[in-house]
Amino acid sequence: MAITINGTEVPLPEDPRMSLAEFLRDGLHLTGTKIGCNQGGCGACTVLIDGQRVLSCLTLAVQAEGREVTTIEGLSSGDDLHPLQEAFIAHDGFQCGYCTPGQICAATAMLRELAEGMPSSVTGDLSRPAPLTAEEIRERMSGNLCRCGAHNGIIAAILQVAQEGAA
Amino acid sequence: MSMGKPLPHDAAPLHVSGAARYVDDIPLPANALHLAFGLSTIAHGEITAMDLSAVRAAPGVIGVWSADDLRARFGAVPDCSPSAHDEPLLADGVVKYLGHPAFLVAATSHLAARKAARLGRIDYRELPALLTVDDALAADSRFEDGPVIWQKGDASTAIAAAPHQVQGSFEVGGQEHFYLEGQVAACLPQDGGELVIHSSTQHPTEIQHKVAHAAHLPMSAVRVEVRRMGGGFGGKESQGNHLAIACALVSLETGRPAKMRYDRDDDMMITGKRHDLRILYRAGFDAEGRIAGVEFTHLMRCGWAQDLSLPVADRAMLHSDNCYFLPAIRIESHRLRTHTQSATAYRGFGGPQGMVGIERVIDHVAHAVGRDPVAVRQVNFYAPMGEGPAEAGGASPPRSTNWPPEDIFRQKKAGEIQTTPYHMPVEDFVGDAMVADLLASSDYHARRAAISDWNRNSPILKRGIALSPVKFGISFTLTHLNQAGALVHVYQDGSIQLNHGGTEMGQGLFQKVAQVVAGVFGVDAAVIRITATDTGKVPNTSATAASSGSDLNGMAARAAALTIRDRMADCLALQHQTTANTVRFEDGHVHVGAEVLGFAEAAARVYAARVSLSSTGFYATPKIIWDRKRGTGRPFLYFAYGAAVTEVVIDRLTGENRILRTDILHDTGSSLNPALDIGQVEGAYVQGAGWLTMEELVWDAKGALRTHAPSTYKIPACSDRPPVFNVRLWNRPNREDTVGRSKAVGEPPFMLGISTFLALSDAVAACGDGSVYPALDAPATPERVLAAVKRVARDV
Repeated sequence: MAITINGTEVPLPEDPRMSLAEFLRDGLHLTGTKIGCNQGGCGACTVLIDGQRVLSCLTLAVQAEGREVTTIEGLSSGDDLHPLQEAFIAHDGFQCGYCTPGQICAATAMLRELAEGMPSSVTGDLSRPAPLTAEEIRERMSGNLCRCGAHNGIIAAILQVAQEGAA
Repeated sequence: MSMGKPLPHDAAPLHVSGAARYVDDIPLPANALHLAFGLSTIAHGEITAMDLSAVRAAPGVIGVWSADDLRARFGAVPDCSPSAHDEPLLADGVVKYLGHPAFLVAATSHLAARKAARLGRIDYRELPALLTVDDALAADSRFEDGPVIWQKGDASTAIAAAPHQVQGSFEVGGQEHFYLEGQVAACLPQDGGELVIHSSTQHPTEIQHKVAHAAHLPMSAVRVEVRRMGGGFGGKESQGNHLAIACALVSLETGRPAKMRYDRDDDMMITGKRHDLRILYRAGFDAEGRIAGVEFTHLMRCGWAQDLSLPVADRAMLHSDNCYFLPAIRIESHRLRTHTQSATAYRGFGGPQGMVGIERVIDHVAHAVGRDPVAVRQVNFYAPMGEGPAEAGGASPPRSTNWPPEDIFRQKKAGEIQTTPYHMPVEDFVGDAMVADLLASSDYHARRAAISDWNRNSPILKRGIALSPVKFGISFTLTHLNQAGALVHVYQDGSIQLNHGGTEMGQGLFQKVAQVVAGVFGVDAAVIRITATDTGKVPNTSATAASSGSDLNGMAARAAALTIRDRMADCLALQHQTTANTVRFEDGHVHVGAEVLGFAEAAARVYAARVSLSSTGFYATPKIIWDRKRGTGRPFLYFAYGAAVTEVVIDRLTGENRILRTDILHDTGSSLNPALDIGQVEGAYVQGAGWLTMEELVWDAKGALRTHAPSTYKIPACSDRPPVFNVRLWNRPNREDTVGRSKAVGEPPFMLGISTFLALSDAVAACGDGSVYPALDAPATPERVLAAVKRVARDV
């Protein structure tokens, strides 16, 4: 009865109704995961479970049993930042920073979805893998709200990492 | 020089790694309590009975308080108002809006407190609720005795004498701040009854003041610390008072730390938003669209308490001219009291509401005379700025003298000083030159023609394009707020710590001020350690608001740094038997006579010579004087300018719409940090466009806000960002002697979003034969766009 969080196995919380977001923040003091609306509408609490993006406020901690959870703290090791983290700095992909951990976690999984050929609602030709365009990124990142309006930087940062990955 | 470099936000590595700590992330002692409010369920009524026994019995509950309980314990119900002392922490006998906090719960967890707060039973004797401006007008329910009226010339006569007239009225919606980090505060009780408050606030001194008052403590016994906010946008200027006061009272009652965080729905139900209003207008003009006189009536819905509504409504009046010289004008402003959330500060502080009024008038006039609205804007612009800076010693950019022929006809010339409706000379007008530049860079005229052709062949989808300029006044209109303090320490190892009264909410203020200080000492900005805003370090600060953060705090920090640098120069010069003015601080070194010292070595020598390496700094904005009763004076040190061109497309069958392209040119003076400034401009535009298009607040007939979460209240998302988004800075020195000759940037670009609204109006107009003005209301949701399409197409 355990979850692997950022590579470390931790026991499940006693209360089976505890959300993953609360468990991360209150139980494990991994406060990089933010709660913006607590109802799955803003994306600030986005984390990765087995590489896929999930809203941790709408996920019970027990649902992650036996699975691998990665939070924003798990994307970097020490000063060695993830390429997306570096790119968000280089392109000013934030202002207040509150949505940033969720944006970066979502972008990590989103690039994988794109690489796997998953279409979005703006993908024109469904018979081919979705193209790597700003339009696709705009659409696929729309579940993560940024009230400061740093969308230009967010898109530029993700596009740069995606293109470097594709190259 | 560090100033002017496009450095990233100072906390960038912390933000991207999840290590940036917000109030809710601060570890608290294990015995900390968590608070929640029980809210009223009706808009207006007398509380006849309150049964809180189930709340008290709920799991984890430690204490429950009503207004009567607070009065019994503290002698009065603590006041939370930033202005008129009309906001008791808990509804006192009467609830005045739906969502009004009526009791306070403290429990062992956030969830336990929230669950318990749902268990209170309140009986009411319902009273009539005034929900709309019409309700309030009919009942003469208002703040102040009557409307505020400012006049210049005789508008009524000027309108009557003009060859043409238009009149109209339109609705302008409010706006939820939707800071991603909701309101939150925590209180840690200290030795001797002192309190330390962590608050997500733009105004630490106000929190300190209100907590001290509530707790019957001197301000010296309350210390407020703010490292950062997850967005503020004006929503954290006064709205955090309640949480901080509640935490302080519970800490005093229980001796335990206390934290309060509003859940998102509670946050939207409880806190104030941007003022919505109805604007009535009448204008007289000639065949060119040149305005002779204009009259405005603002019906502002202020909600149940005064809060900041008076200065907000004033600022709306102060921006009723925008970039246009209006020879005769009358503005009548009604500040209406309703049983809804108390409307509060929101980026632009009423300025956007005033500005959208005159932009609407210009658009309507252009329709009436059948001219491109840009041409009508240009004939009405203020006279361009004359040569030369405001005072000797400053630089001034070269200016074009290619004015449109209309200006010559009017005998308006460069350097001529025209006055605003409040009789302030406009000495720094660059709007015309910026608009000319933007028209060229955005290819406006060619695109306008192309859109017209495109629309002829597109029966369902219609495009629209519009330009709108911005002139925004910089300074607090309450003159005494235009002051700031800072504290700078140089340590004997050469490291530098900076503290000032401004707060960081994502705008990059800390980095900008650090760049100013780094420039003074000739060191890298990374050498400057920026510490949390702390009322124990810099007292009596003003809110980080009115776009004033870097103007005020940058100057105060500069003054502190200069004091220390002068002492260092004096000391080192004496040691080297040279004069202080030959000592140079650059590239991390200090040059004294023939010797070059590392900055750390220099600091160590000055320390060893027993010279102070610490200083405060202070700044008070010069030149401003303002009589708000009469509406005359110089409320602003200067104006910040900008212009935007937005192209949109609408679907005439559904009203759905989107932005296709946006071009912006914005005036930041000599930018302190172009990267941060461009971020501010982009974000402000998106937020401004959101206000006038998709962000809709809906109250039902009972006064319940039905849009209280992201599920129902839509803010612009990544996919709403214009696919083509060109932003440039008009990077030329401020005429006034501001820090580094920069200009304030937080609020002015918000109003660039007005171009989106006007472009939608233009697209709607293309659905008819041009004879009917679209008269679009804001926000221009698909429903409103569709209604306007039906109007112009006359198929109602």
